[in-house]
Amino acid sequence: MMRRQARFLAAAMMIAVLSGPAFGLSPAERLPNPAQEQRAREIGAELRCLVCQNQSIDDSDAELAKDLRRLVRERISAGDSDRQVKDFLVARYGEFVLLRPVFSMKNLLLWTLPFLALIAGIFGVRRLFGRQVAAPVAQAALSAEEQAELDRIVAAQDSITKNS
Amino acid sequence: MIAELGHFALVLALACSAIGTVLPLWGAVREDRALMATARPAALAQFVLLALAFAALTAVYVQSDFSVLNVYENSHTDQPLIYRFSGVWGNHEGSILLWVLILALFGACVALFGRHMPEALRAATIAVQSSIAFAFLLFIALTSNPFLRVFPAPAEGRSLNPILQDPGLAIHPPLLYLGYVGYSIVFSFAAGALILGRIDAAWARVVRPWNLIAWTTLTAGIAMGSYWAYYELGWGGFWFWDPVENASLMPWLTGTALLHSAIVMERREALKVWTILLAVLTFSLSLLGTFLVRSGVLTSVHAFASDPARGVFILLILCLFIGGAFALFAWRGPALAGGALFSPVSREGSLVLNNLFLSAACVAVLTGTLYPLALEAVTGDKISVGPPFFNATFLPLCAPLVLAMPFGQQLAWKRGDLLPVAQRLFVAILVGAGMFVAVLAITRTSEAVAAFGLGVGMFVTVGALDDLRVRASRGAAGTWMRRFVGLPKSVHATAIAHAGVGLMTIGIAATAFHEEKIATMAPGDKAIIGGYELVFEGLRKQPGPNFASTVGRFVVSKDGVALAVLEPGKRTYVGRTMQTSETGRLTRGLGQIYLAIGDAHGASVDVRAYWKPWVLLIWLGPLAMTIAGLISLMDRRLRVAAPSRRKLPAMPEAAE
Repeated sequence: MMRRQARFLAAAMMIAVLSGPAFGLSPAERLPNPAQEQRAREIGAELRCLVCQNQSIDDSDAELAKDLRRLVRERISAGDSDRQVKDFLVARYGEFVLLRPVFSMKNLLLWTLPFLALIAGIFGVRRLFGRQVAAPVAQAALSAEEQAELDRIVAAQDSITKNS
Repeated sequence: MIAELGHFALVLALACSAIGTVLPLWGAVREDRALMATARPAALAQFVLLALAFAALTAVYVQSDFSVLNVYENSHTDQPLIYRFSGVWGNHEGSILLWVLILALFGACVALFGRHMPEALRAATIAVQSSIAFAFLLFIALTSNPFLRVFPAPAEGRSLNPILQDPGLAIHPPLLYLGYVGYSIVFSFAAGALILGRIDAAWARVVRPWNLIAWTTLTAGIAMGSYWAYYELGWGGFWFWDPVENASLMPWLTGTALLHSAIVMERREALKVWTILLAVLTFSLSLLGTFLVRSGVLTSVHAFASDPARGVFILLILCLFIGGAFALFAWRGPALAGGALFSPVSREGSLVLNNLFLSAACVAVLTGTLYPLALEAVTGDKISVGPPFFNATFLPLCAPLVLAMPFGQQLAWKRGDLLPVAQRLFVAILVGAGMFVAVLAITRTSEAVAAFGLGVGMFVTVGALDDLRVRASRGAAGTWMRRFVGLPKSVHATAIAHAGVGLMTIGIAATAFHEEKIATMAPGDKAIIGGYELVFEGLRKQPGPNFASTVGRFVVSKDGVALAVLEPGKRTYVGRTMQTSETGRLTRGLGQIYLAIGDAHGASVDVRAYWKPWVLLIWLGPLAMTIAGLISLMDRRLRVAAPSRRKLPAMPEAAE
C-alpha cells in the first residue's frame, strides 16, 4: 500500500520515478554458467515486473520479479532457447509481461506509426518545396508606424546577423 | 488563519483570471485601448494573489500546522526544514498550485516586460494565459484544494514520501515546471496571434526569448531528473522510458523543433503555419502530460475510472484548449501561406529536416506512451511498451538528425552547397570516422551500434565547435581572437548546444562499455572493477534526522594507492515503512565508480558495483545545452525588451 501510494506521489511530481530504489537481481540468484547468466540478463531486461510500474524484472525487488527471474533461469538451465523462455512466460502471464510488444496485427499501428509519420512528413516537405512559388496571401495590413518599426528591426537584424 | 488567507487569495485569483480573460480579449478584438489596458493589472494581480496563496501554504508547512489536511498528509515535525519547504510541491494539490503560480508568473512577465510588442497582441496573449489560469484555478478550487482543514487536528503528520527527501528533488520540480508550463506563454502568443489574425516574422521575434526560457529550463529540469534517478534508484540507469519521463520529453522534442522552425520564420517569414502549429502542439503535449500524471490513468485505465473527478476535469481542460486552438488554427491557417523561397539544400532546408525528424521522434514517444492505454480501453488487452520498443523506434529516428546537425549548422541561407561544407567538416569527419573504426577494431565488431554512436558523437561535437573556428578564421590573420569574441551570441550558443548533443550521444553510446559486478561481500573481501580495486570493510548503523540507515564502507584503490572511501547505504524512514538507497559514487575523469548495497547477511552484504566510463557526458551534454540557452538569451537582439530601449547601432560585421 505504502509503495503504491509512494509511486503515485512520485508520478504526481512528473519525475523519473519507477517504484523506488531497488537492488533487483541479487548475487545468490545467478547461474553458475556465465554465458547462460548473460542470456538470463538479456531476457530479464525485456520482461516486465507485472506488479511494478514499468520496471523490468532485473531491476525490481518485488517478490514476483524474483519468481520470474528464477523461472527464467530454470528454463535456461533446462535448455530452452530465448524464444522458448519468453513463450513460456507469455503463456503463463500474457503478453503484458513483454516490454517489447510483439509485432502483430493488434500492435501494427504501434510499430508503424512513427515511421508513417516520418513518411507523411517527407511528403509534406516535398509539397512545401513544390508549392514555394505560390504567391503569399494578404494579411491584416500593418499600420505605417508598425511598418516603420518592422523595417528598422529587419535592417538592424540583417546588419548583426549576416554571419549567423 | 493563514490557511484561510491562502484560500481567500486563491479564490480572488480565480476571479482575477476571469476578468483577465474577458476584458483584454474584448479590447483586443474591438481595438479598445482602455479595455486592453486591463490586461496588465489583471495579470499582475493573478500573480501576486497566487504568490500569496503559495506563501500561505509554505507557511503552514514550515509551521507544521497539521490541522491542514495537506500538511498532515505530507509533512512531519522531524523533517529537515528544506523538506518541509519542498513538501509544499511534493504532493498533488501543492504541485498544481505551483503549476498555476508559474503560469501566472509568465503572464505577469509579459505584462511587465512586453512593452515593445503590439498592444493588441499583448492583451490577447494575456487573455489566453488568464483563461488557462482560470481553468486550472477552477480545477484547484473544485477538486484539489490544498487549504482544506481536518478536525480534530492530528498531533503528527505522515511525512513526505522518503524518495522525495533529496536536495535534487527540492529544486527539480520547480525547474521542470518552469519549462513545462513556460510553453503556456508560447501557446498564448500563438493563440493570441491567431485570434488577431496577424502572424509574421515580428511574431517569431517577440516569441523567441520566451521560447528560449521555456526550452532552457525544461532541458535543465529533465537532465536533473535523469541524474537524480541515476544516483538515487540504485542500478545506475539514467532514462527509463517511463510514461512520466515521456510526458516531459515530448514537449521538449516539439519545443526544440519550434526553436528551430521559429528561426526560419523570423528570417524568411516561411514555415509560419508549421511554427504556429508547433507552438500549439508543444503546450498541448504539456497539458497531455499533466493529464497523464494527474489523472492516475497511467497506473491503469481502471484506476482512472474509479476516481474520475480529477482526471475528467483535466481531460475537459485538455480538450477545450487543444480543441479551441486547433479550431482557431483551422480558421486562420489557410491565410498564412507565403514566405521567402529557399532551396532544399540550405540552412532553412536543414531546419526543416530537423523538424521532420524531431516530430517523427515525438510521434514515436507519443505512440509508445498512449498506445497501451488506447488498446486497453478499446479491446481490454494489456500490453507493455518498454525501453526495447523506444530503443527500436526512437533511436533510429534520432540518428539521422544528429548526424546531419554539423552540416545544417554550416549550410548557407537560401541556397547552400553540401560539398564545401563537407570539406570544411573534414577534421570532424576524420575524428568521427576514426573513432568508429577504432572502436570497431578494438571490440572486434561486437559493439557496432556503440561504435557508431561514439563516432557520431565525436563528429557532432568536433563539427559543432569547429564551426566557430571556421567563422572566426575568415579574414585577416591576427584578428582571430577578436572575430571569435565578436561572433553573434547566437552563433556561440548554437555551437555549444550542438556540441552538447554530441557529448550526450558519446555518453549514451559509452553505456555499452559499462562494467558490472554483482557479489555478496564479507568484510575484507576484494573486488576488481574497471581496473579499480574495492575492499569491503564492513557495515555499520548510522542514525539520521528522520531515518535509520545501514552504511557499508568500501575503500577504492588503484595500483595500490587508496583513492577514496565510498559509503553506500540503505535508509529506513520513520513514519513510513519504506527504504531508499544511497549510492556511493567516485568520479574519475568523466567516468564514475558506482556502488549500491542490497540485503545484509550477517556481516556480509549484497553489492552491485559498476564502472561507468564517460557516464558524466550524459548530463554534461544537457548542461552545455542549458548554458547555450542562457547565452542565446543574452543576445541583445533577442532580449525581451531590447528593441524599445535604444536604437540598435550598426555593429561591425563579425565575418563574411
